[in-house]
Amino acid sequence: MTTATATRAAWLDDPWVRFGVRRGGRLLVSLWVLITASFLMIHLIPGDPVRAALGPTAPAALVAARRESLGLNDPLWVQYLHYLRGVFTGDLGTSMKSQLPVADVIGQRLPATLELALLSFGVALLLAVPIGATMGVLTRGGRRRGAELTFSSTSVVLGAIPEFLLGVAFVWLFAVQLGWFPVAGRSGPSSYVLPVLALALGPAAALARIMRVEMLTVLQADHVRTARAKRLPAAAVYFRHALPGALTAAITLGGLLLSALVAGTVLVENVFAWPGLGGTIVSSILDKDYPVVQGIVLVYGAGVLVVNLAVDVTLALLDPRSVIRES
Amino acid sequence: MSASTVGDPLVQVAAPARRSATRARWGAVLRTPVGAGAGLLLAAVLLLAVFAPILWSDEANAIDTDSALQGASAQHWAGTDALGRDIFYRVLVATRLSVELALAATLITVVIGLVLGTAPLLLGRRAGRLVTAGVNIAVAFPGLLLALFFAVIFGVGMTGAMLAIGFAGAPVFARLTQTLTAGVAQRDYVAAARIAGLGRFRILLRHVLPNVAEPLVVNATIGAGGALLAFAGLSFLGLGVQSPDYDWGRLLMEGLSGIYLHPEAALAPGVAIVVAGLAFNLFGEAVAKGIGLTTTLGRLPLGRRGHGAADDELPATDPSPEAGSDDAVLDVQDLTVTFPGADGPVRPVRGVTFTIRRGEAVGVVGESGSGKSLTALAVGRLIEEPGRVSAARLEFLGADLLTGSERAHRRLLGTSFAMVFQDPMTSFNPTRRIGRQLAEVAEEHQGMSRSEALARAVDRLRAVRVPAAERRARQYPHEFSGGMRQRAMIGMGLMGSPALIVADEPTTALDVTVQRQVLDLLEAIRREDDVALLLISHDVAVVREVCDRVLVMYAGRIVEDLPTSELGNARHPYTRALLATVPDMSVDLSRPLPVIPGRPVDPAAQPVGCAYAPRCPLASARCIEEDPELATDPTGRRVACWHAGEIAADEPGRAPVTAGEPA
Repeated sequence: MTTATATRAAWLDDPWVRFGVRRGGRLLVSLWVLITASFLMIHLIPGDPVRAALGPTAPAALVAARRESLGLNDPLWVQYLHYLRGVFTGDLGTSMKSQLPVADVIGQRLPATLELALLSFGVALLLAVPIGATMGVLTRGGRRRGAELTFSSTSVVLGAIPEFLLGVAFVWLFAVQLGWFPVAGRSGPSSYVLPVLALALGPAAALARIMRVEMLTVLQADHVRTARAKRLPAAAVYFRHALPGALTAAITLGGLLLSALVAGTVLVENVFAWPGLGGTIVSSILDKDYPVVQGIVLVYGAGVLVVNLAVDVTLALLDPRSVIRES
Repeated sequence: MSASTVGDPLVQVAAPARRSATRARWGAVLRTPVGAGAGLLLAAVLLLAVFAPILWSDEANAIDTDSALQGASAQHWAGTDALGRDIFYRVLVATRLSVELALAATLITVVIGLVLGTAPLLLGRRAGRLVTAGVNIAVAFPGLLLALFFAVIFGVGMTGAMLAIGFAGAPVFARLTQTLTAGVAQRDYVAAARIAGLGRFRILLRHVLPNVAEPLVVNATIGAGGALLAFAGLSFLGLGVQSPDYDWGRLLMEGLSGIYLHPEAALAPGVAIVVAGLAFNLFGEAVAKGIGLTTTLGRLPLGRRGHGAADDELPATDPSPEAGSDDAVLDVQDLTVTFPGADGPVRPVRGVTFTIRRGEAVGVVGESGSGKSLTALAVGRLIEEPGRVSAARLEFLGADLLTGSERAHRRLLGTSFAMVFQDPMTSFNPTRRIGRQLAEVAEEHQGMSRSEALARAVDRLRAVRVPAAERRARQYPHEFSGGMRQRAMIGMGLMGSPALIVADEPTTALDVTVQRQVLDLLEAIRREDDVALLLISHDVAVVREVCDRVLVMYAGRIVEDLPTSELGNARHPYTRALLATVPDMSVDLSRPLPVIPGRPVDPAAQPVGCAYAPRCPLASARCIEEDPELATDPTGRRVACWHAGEIAADEPGRAPVTAGEPA
């Protein structure tokens, strides 16, 4: 950022470096908490998880052997070190049920879930930002009360319906009644429409609402008045000067919504029998297949952390002030 | 002072008032359409939860294998399940379990959230910070993910799911509690209680929690809606309620498999979930909005009725001294700004008339609320809806700004009319580089290319004495100091070739030393290019120094127009009162500084007569009944006062000096 020769001190003073160090530190701590929590999960389960998994009729010798192979008889800290090493080498253990490596199970299922989450994320943004911003411009200063009322009530109701119910309603309407899209499964492009919409509409409605309110706030700002005093055309005032400010605020608030979308995939995948991680984690919980559950919890958690990181970096790019702001 | 004398009276005094205010607010919420609808819906859900199992358990559990898996019929409104049980009744009866479990989970959330959220207050700094950090990390994970995590630990089933959802909601509630209590803990009465030696726990119970209870209750209500939906989700996944018990989520899961043949079985519980979830959610939101609304309700009585008649009359207007002279840059006649108010239109600017000649510096002074800034904005065509501007004449460089579209005037105003606003911190776009913000003007109005415009911007920054202009042009506003920002703002006005600079309190937000620089800069620009200046300020001293002529505004009107050199002989008592409030080196510091007694007029309640009369030492009966016109005297000075030039015996300030020479 400076034209001066980059001395060490100047390099350390660079706000972007400091931002990177601070944000990276937070990510590492969060990751450590996540890994530790998923490790402890199996130890917090009341009773013997292996006995629970194998059922009461399993012979004691089998239980003991399985405990031994899972390393559950080692001291806790040894198990913790093994677990940490495993996480970093990609060895997440073996499924108690299928005897497959957990990493393979996840590798097989993750792409379908990622596709669903990313597509929904994109659709939610593509719907929410233009709609919210346009509604903000149209309803500023108390204009068009009718449109405002329609917009807010629609978005409140849409945002309050959980994604799995939206999914069920979509299946009934568009798949069963109208037959436009397949009821379930992951096949051609048309099979993506309903699950993606079911996941995206709720967050999109909530985000559009936030977007409108933020746009209204920014339109009141002094610097928008300055832009008008420069006699810029309306489009430049709204989209060059007002939109970025509204976006930064909306992204901060929308970040939580969008990480909730990651978790929402679990339910929607179950509605649409989507071959992703969501179905796997539910069946694994029901089967008490704890190594698989641990692995998937790690993946979901890491996904959320990545979304949060992406939000913060986007914010920093959109609003340079946030780089120097302490979070 | 003992602890009880500090603590108890506060609580005793505050509590009844708070309780009645709370009741009034919740009552007001129930009277709004949304609040009433949500309240009714919530009451219906709760009643159903209590009575449905008592009334319809037998119907819901009656097994009839002959009529299994039927669609909707007159007998079975929502069809039957695999054992022939009536799904409609099952949905009704399941209300009890669904609501119970949601409320139980919410209770767990609230208890854990309160414990974690108040920990920073109870445990002191270090331990508190640890808890806060933990909550902050947990909050980043969505509730459903936490619920799945806890569902593994607590096990599959009703109790496990209840604990899981309760725990999963806790971080968000803890964070809310933290934020709210931290705000209250800063207040003076908490500090007083702390100094008085009250224990942390007692402070929390007596002073902090009662003050944050209302938002917490509202959020818990919204949270209950969330818990209900989450429970439905877990049961739907098969992780919650297990057969033979059933809640809505379980019914939905059972119904989904047969959605091709009888969709009612899945849709009926789905509708129930949505309705109940919305009932909690909307009720909570309505109350939250109601609590926020009270502040606006409290403000309404300001625009009281009774002055409506005076408002509806045409505003008194200033007669124009002469038609706009040829070298007039700005010619304003009978300018009025109107805003819609609670009780009819409000006119914060009423019939203002003035002209500014080429190179002339005109100051506008007055207290805040006198309409001076709105006059500046109106002249610049920057009043937005719902505000309206009307005038008999509004000409800038001979162009009529009242007719024709804004588009037509955009180029003229964009290049020849510069505006400088009060707060340079907020008046620049924080997300764009300074250079680009300046360059934009030239790109838009002078047809320059990006690089040409940027070069012009650097040149202009240099012209307003911004050092290292090239490097500065690439910086963001937050990297500039206040004075430098204001100079850059002036530089932005110089991108074209302005004939008029309208500066609205350009130095108010700046340090005294920096004020000097900015004023000098404006002065230099004026001298060099013969630019006219309209300087809005509440500070008579600044105007006196910079301007040739002063317009004194009171309650939306010009009350006096005189040359700066004649300020010592001001004829309007308000002008003299304003001048008297300016301290100079001769002020006797052992006496209190003079102020103008009384308060400025509320624009929504303009009196019939002279607006200054209630505060004026010269006021007579005529002043209260009749508004004086702005009259021009032979020397071209204008004044609106029935007692122009008279001096009251007890007038503060410089009365003895001017007493002998009424103009």
